[in-house]
Amino acid sequence: MTEKAIEISNLKKTYSGGVEALKGISFDVEKGDFIALLGPNGAGKSTTIGIICSLVNKTSGEVRVFGHSIDKELEAAKRCIGLVPQEFNFSQFETCKQIVVTQAGYYGVPRVIANERAEIWLKKLSLWDKRDTPARMLSGGMKRRLMIARALMHEPKMLILDEPTAGVDIEIRRSMWEFLTELNEAGTTVVLTTHYLEEAEQLCRNITIINHGEIVENTSMKDLISRLDMETFVLDVDRVPDSLPDMKEVSFRKRDEATIEIDVPKEFALNQVFHKLSDKNINVLSMRNKSNRLEELFVRLTEKA
Amino acid sequence: MFSKESLIALQSIFIKEVTRYFRIWVQTLLPPAITMSLYFVIFGQLIGSRVGQMGGVSYMEYITPGIIMMSVITNSYSNVVSSFFSAKFQRSIEEMLVSPVPTLYILLGYIFGGVSRGLLTGIIVTLVASQFVDLEVHHWGILFFVVILTSMLFATGGLVNAIFAKKFDDISIVPTFILTPLTYLGGVFYSIQLLPEFWQTVSLANPILYMVNAFRYGFLGFSDIDIVHALILLSVFILSLFSLAYYLLTKGIGIRS
Repeated sequence: MTEKAIEISNLKKTYSGGVEALKGISFDVEKGDFIALLGPNGAGKSTTIGIICSLVNKTSGEVRVFGHSIDKELEAAKRCIGLVPQEFNFSQFETCKQIVVTQAGYYGVPRVIANERAEIWLKKLSLWDKRDTPARMLSGGMKRRLMIARALMHEPKMLILDEPTAGVDIEIRRSMWEFLTELNEAGTTVVLTTHYLEEAEQLCRNITIINHGEIVENTSMKDLISRLDMETFVLDVDRVPDSLPDMKEVSFRKRDEATIEIDVPKEFALNQVFHKLSDKNINVLSMRNKSNRLEELFVRLTEKA
Repeated sequence: MFSKESLIALQSIFIKEVTRYFRIWVQTLLPPAITMSLYFVIFGQLIGSRVGQMGGVSYMEYITPGIIMMSVITNSYSNVVSSFFSAKFQRSIEEMLVSPVPTLYILLGYIFGGVSRGLLTGIIVTLVASQFVDLEVHHWGILFFVVILTSMLFATGGLVNAIFAKKFDDISIVPTFILTPLTYLGGVFYSIQLLPEFWQTVSLANPILYMVNAFRYGFLGFSDIDIVHALILLSVFILSLFSLAYYLLTKGIGIRS
């Protein structure tokens, strides 16, 4: 039997103000998985993560982390998790090295080993030069990386990241993707919440979508993408006439004076589209897939719920 | 419960706390030295010389133990209340909450941090006092025991205050409106025997009176109240506040949603 990294059963959370954040969700995460937890703002993602990491008290239900119940074996469950939260949650006055070494100490890692690990992770995340810099002096991207380094100091089996790339530039985002992929390939289970659907599509094998405190989808990324029945292509053309071709199955849209967008059914032969464009003396110079496929599905699923 | 990992975690919290108040020593260690020097100059030398003797010793000698105790109380309390509330405010408390540190060790880590600052400022003020008066110790054991218990009590009190605090104002209300008046009325500058009988009885309800007098006994060998009574009361207060703080932390009140 495959060991589960997370087993959540009928998890409910009602906040003291009466807000029902989770209405009895159930889902599992396999060991070694790279899973995306998606949902609109206020859907219940951060509450779910908060309960798994014991920052939020659950109302009812059961959560197990690598087989350890958070009700009966909380300490063992906590040792398996490294958390990278959404908000910066370190002392702004401490240096990077102090932050990561102290965190290791909370997990019982002796100081000598903690210092060695600090060097490893701060170097890997390009923060070693800033080791003696107070956290408040770091840029937003550096602060995010510092939280990743801190979460890895006790070598957890699972890393949970709550919107880790929010507000960081493309270069840093890409380097974080590479880092997380390497980490996952080395055996660490990764759970990621993000608003960048392209990020989820690129990185994750499985996906769980939460909306209004309920699971609306829990499947593999491949399966979800295969459910898309339409694809959108962007065509760079030599000219865009006023009247675009008219086809029953395909819709044409003018984006600008040199670009047309087309929505095509998945199994439709594109030759017919090119014929129609040729008839109108439009030459296609290049073509690319528009990468908003998951976004369409996400909107569809969360609107439906 | 007493695993090696837990002790390392306790050590980490303690080092973090000590590092914090040394980092801001101008705000934490220097002010007691300056404030208490002013007390010694104004109340001890200028006014004290006109007061004459109290309890058979000079007024300066009489107020010294109380002034040292005042700095111990203020600093052990304010260290924990500001450190724990800052951790809540900056959300760095989550670093501990997600980790497997047992609640008892979080509690002890903060208390030890507060006790260490209380003792350190106590030593600083004693050194300042030694410039104004020849200090002699009547009973080292009582002195040591009382100062440790007092700083533990107020460090724990600071933690309870910080748990309930929701804004910065909330961490200054107790020190300003409760702690300072109780300290000034706790026999630091006078013997309660100078008060009318009614106010003597009222003063006995002030816990700080017991700590100041027990500490004074350690230095001078006399006190307005019974030492055993004072030590029992201190222990009861510590146990009560410690149990309350432990309960609040375990339940996650003020720190978990």
